[in-house]
Amino acid sequence: MKNTSSAQTARRFAGYSRNRLISMGVMVVIFIILAILPVVAPDSYWVTRISEYMRYGILAIGWVLFSGPTGYMSLATAAFYGLGFYMAAILNGPLPFAVVVILSGIVGFIVAAAIGALTLRLRGVYFCIFTFAVVLLLNQVVLEVERLTTGTRGRFVQQESVHVAYWAILIVFILTVVVTMFIRRSRYGLALQSIGEYEEAAAHSGINVVRTKVVIFATGAIFMAMAGAIMATRRSYIDPGIAFSMETSFLPVLMAMFGGMGNLVGPVLGAVGFTALRDYLVTAYPDAFMLIFGVVLIIAILFMPNGILGVAQQLWRFIRRRTGGSPKTPLEKGGRRAPA
Amino acid sequence: MHLLEGEKLTKQFGGLIATNEVDFYVDKGEILGLIGPNGAGKTTLFNLISAALKPKPGKITFNGKDITPLPAFKICRMGIARTFQTVKIFPHVPVVRNVMVGALFGTGRHLSNAEAIKKAEESLEFVDLLPMKDALAGDLTLAQQKRLELARALASSPELLLLDELMAGLTAVEVSEAMGDVKQIRDSGVTVIMIEHLMQAIMNISDRIIVLDYGKKIAEGTPAEIAANPKVIEVYLGEECDVAS
Repeated sequence: MKNTSSAQTARRFAGYSRNRLISMGVMVVIFIILAILPVVAPDSYWVTRISEYMRYGILAIGWVLFSGPTGYMSLATAAFYGLGFYMAAILNGPLPFAVVVILSGIVGFIVAAAIGALTLRLRGVYFCIFTFAVVLLLNQVVLEVERLTTGTRGRFVQQESVHVAYWAILIVFILTVVVTMFIRRSRYGLALQSIGEYEEAAAHSGINVVRTKVVIFATGAIFMAMAGAIMATRRSYIDPGIAFSMETSFLPVLMAMFGGMGNLVGPVLGAVGFTALRDYLVTAYPDAFMLIFGVVLIIAILFMPNGILGVAQQLWRFIRRRTGGSPKTPLEKGGRRAPA
Repeated sequence: MHLLEGEKLTKQFGGLIATNEVDFYVDKGEILGLIGPNGAGKTTLFNLISAALKPKPGKITFNGKDITPLPAFKICRMGIARTFQTVKIFPHVPVVRNVMVGALFGTGRHLSNAEAIKKAEESLEFVDLLPMKDALAGDLTLAQQKRLELARALASSPELLLLDELMAGLTAVEVSEAMGDVKQIRDSGVTVIMIEHLMQAIMNISDRIIVLDYGKKIAEGTPAEIAANPKVIEVYLGEECDVAS
């Protein structure tokens, strides 16, 4: 009796339940469709749009990886993304594109680890403000260094074609999803969640709290920097204001809240929904865009505390109750309110 | 050699001296009781041992090794587990995963997922929480949460267990159950230091008792010696005075 319950639990955590296999299958199919899309439909409009969705998907997942379970609200996303921009501006051309992207990831990890080691002793709003300041600091430092060394404000970037950038961002997107899923399911996922729930108890239960936080924070930065390096090649010109735009820090946070942070579908859903909504409003109501966008956002945060995903779950539960099924959904457990 | 030994442990919070040059030891297989009025420095002593706080000055040795400079997670991995006066569980995590944290990170060895689950379920079985293993920890009653905390500590395979008011707020029946648990833990080879306000419990199961008052150790001995010690009676009951005059 005891053995079977143990085996059941083991299977659940090893991750081979039927639902999980189905969702993994769906994921692989989506990835394949995304991979062949530019061949089937070379129309660059959709290719560009989907690159954009995936870019925000990467940023939102990279943010949720660390900030979701721990509740440490990081606003440093733009710092690592902008770092990728400058890596591409300086190195793309002299070095092959793929090498530039990989190097950006490595540099992003190192810089984030350094920033994390300094800031992750701070808690709550102090951490949030410090990470915000890091972006502003980098912005100013790069501006000043450029003034002294090149005497110019911005730089030209050697461009890559729409399709090369698309496949590059797709590869990084898949990497982000797979690595994040792996981490969330591993013991480090449990460690992160414990830290978020009760940091002191986590430390006294044997978790190396500082190292866990720094490593995961820096892992998220790998993807952000890689996304930056790829997206920079779609522009011809960058400057510190573009590279370290605060929008890049705020949007992924909003997208993750908008979509829901219980699992990885949420942030992606948020990224796609958010970007699509913004695109629609910009074209349909260019003047009132920000106003409508803001109102929608406030309503979403007020009435959908667990994001689109939360609403979907409630609907699902409602339908199940109507048809007499079990009211519990598998997503429910992981669902957590946005960190404050 | 003592299992754990503290020398001249001092901790000041501003002008307040929480523990003042406290010397103590515990031997393998003992149940050491730690009593004293509120604010006597009992929990501070636990915090010093488990490295939530650092003594200044003072030295703590465990199995002959100086552990004073080590961080909390290493102390746990070396074999000193603790519970907290106010429960510190992971409320949105299922019960079994709460305990798995101790098994996965606290033992100092690398356990596979399946081993960790097995270990967690054994610990839960011991504290009678196995039927609740899939519930969220935050949904348990306070008494259950305290047992959950004990299970998490046990899952890290400790040599020494620090129990901070395990029995506070429990009913009489639950107290006697908890006393049985503590004895059973000791009999399984784990040394125990426990803080408790319930005299009946602590006098009953401790092999030795240390009394703290205003951060100083004022008495040490067997339960019988402590019960007869005039200093302890004074601290707990007030000074003797001549009623006739």
